[in-house]
Amino acid sequence: MIGLVVVSHSQKAAEGICEIAAQMGGKAPIEPAGGDDGEIGTDTTTIKNAIESADDGQGVVVLVDLGSAVMNAELAIEMGDTQAVIADAPVLEGALNAAVEATNDAATMDSVVEKAEDAREYHKVN
Amino acid sequence: MADADTQREAVLTAIDRVADRLEDERSYLTELDSAIGDADHGSNLSRGFRAAADEVADSDDDVGEIVKTIGVTLISKVGGASGPLYGGSIMSASQELDDGLTADTSIAFAEAYLQKVLDRGDARVGAKTMVDALTPAVHSYKKSIEVDDLPPLTAFAKAVEAAEAGVAFTVPLRAEKGRASFLGWRSVGHQDPGATSTLFIMEELLATAEQYLEGETDVDAAAPTEPEADPDEIDGGDA
Repeated sequence: MIGLVVVSHSQKAAEGICEIAAQMGGKAPIEPAGGDDGEIGTDTTTIKNAIESADDGQGVVVLVDLGSAVMNAELAIEMGDTQAVIADAPVLEGALNAAVEATNDAATMDSVVEKAEDAREYHKVN
Repeated sequence: MADADTQREAVLTAIDRVADRLEDERSYLTELDSAIGDADHGSNLSRGFRAAADEVADSDDDVGEIVKTIGVTLISKVGGASGPLYGGSIMSASQELDDGLTADTSIAFAEAYLQKVLDRGDARVGAKTMVDALTPAVHSYKKSIEVDDLPPLTAFAKAVEAAEAGVAFTVPLRAEKGRASFLGWRSVGHQDPGATSTLFIMEELLATAEQYLEGETDVDAAAPTEPEADPDEIDGGDA
């Protein structure tokens, strides 16, 4: 199964987003990678470890929040041996979509990324 | 330049000077970062560079490997955007120093470092980031050596001047990248912390280069004659 990692500046936000996503996509491995040494921020090593935990051999899709989350996730992927990509999507809605897609037996890295990125088009007020 | 032992000594001196300087400037960098960022630039950098200096202090590796270790340590200890921008770029550019530190490899290192920062941060000149200090410095350094045929030390001094101008240039700009970009027009009028720390690092590299290269020039220029009384030259010779 494709694994998921949620990267946020806040450890609580990362964990909370994983909880919300897991409610819909219960089977998919989803790991939070939030905060930097307990402070607000992001950290390459934390993300790298989360990617390794989420991987069962089929690769990992990474959802990120702001700025340094993107850079640290890129670096974590470059420094690790796991096949992983960043989805260019809003972190909460993207994680939810990705988790639902990842539970499909036919899911691939591409399909999970695509579903996550569909969340860019969501409107909340018409 | 000098032999491998002297190169190693120079790099270790440089990282130690940088760590000391960033410790001294921690409050100032944090103050700049409080205005338009998340107020952690001073503490993150001083903690990271001190850890990097400690990590390599007793190393007997060649300079390329030492610089790579510095980058890897910064990635794990700095955090935030500065971890990947400083540490990741140093780690990646360090391969340019695998054959040692010369005028040519220092240009290659500087260019590779700049390119990695540009790629990673997706920034350009004028976005109010470290790129505004780094770009003119790297361009000036390369041109001084390759076009104007200036000695590396003179070229580096001019590069530091270019970085200074770049830091001043960030003040009136509106931020386009990083946390400061969320402030929009309120970011105008503040000096960019990343450009500032880039300048501080370069100033310490220059001070180290003066210590080593001026000594070398003096030794080369002065045939084995009587020792000079000038304390500066004696310091240079000792280095």
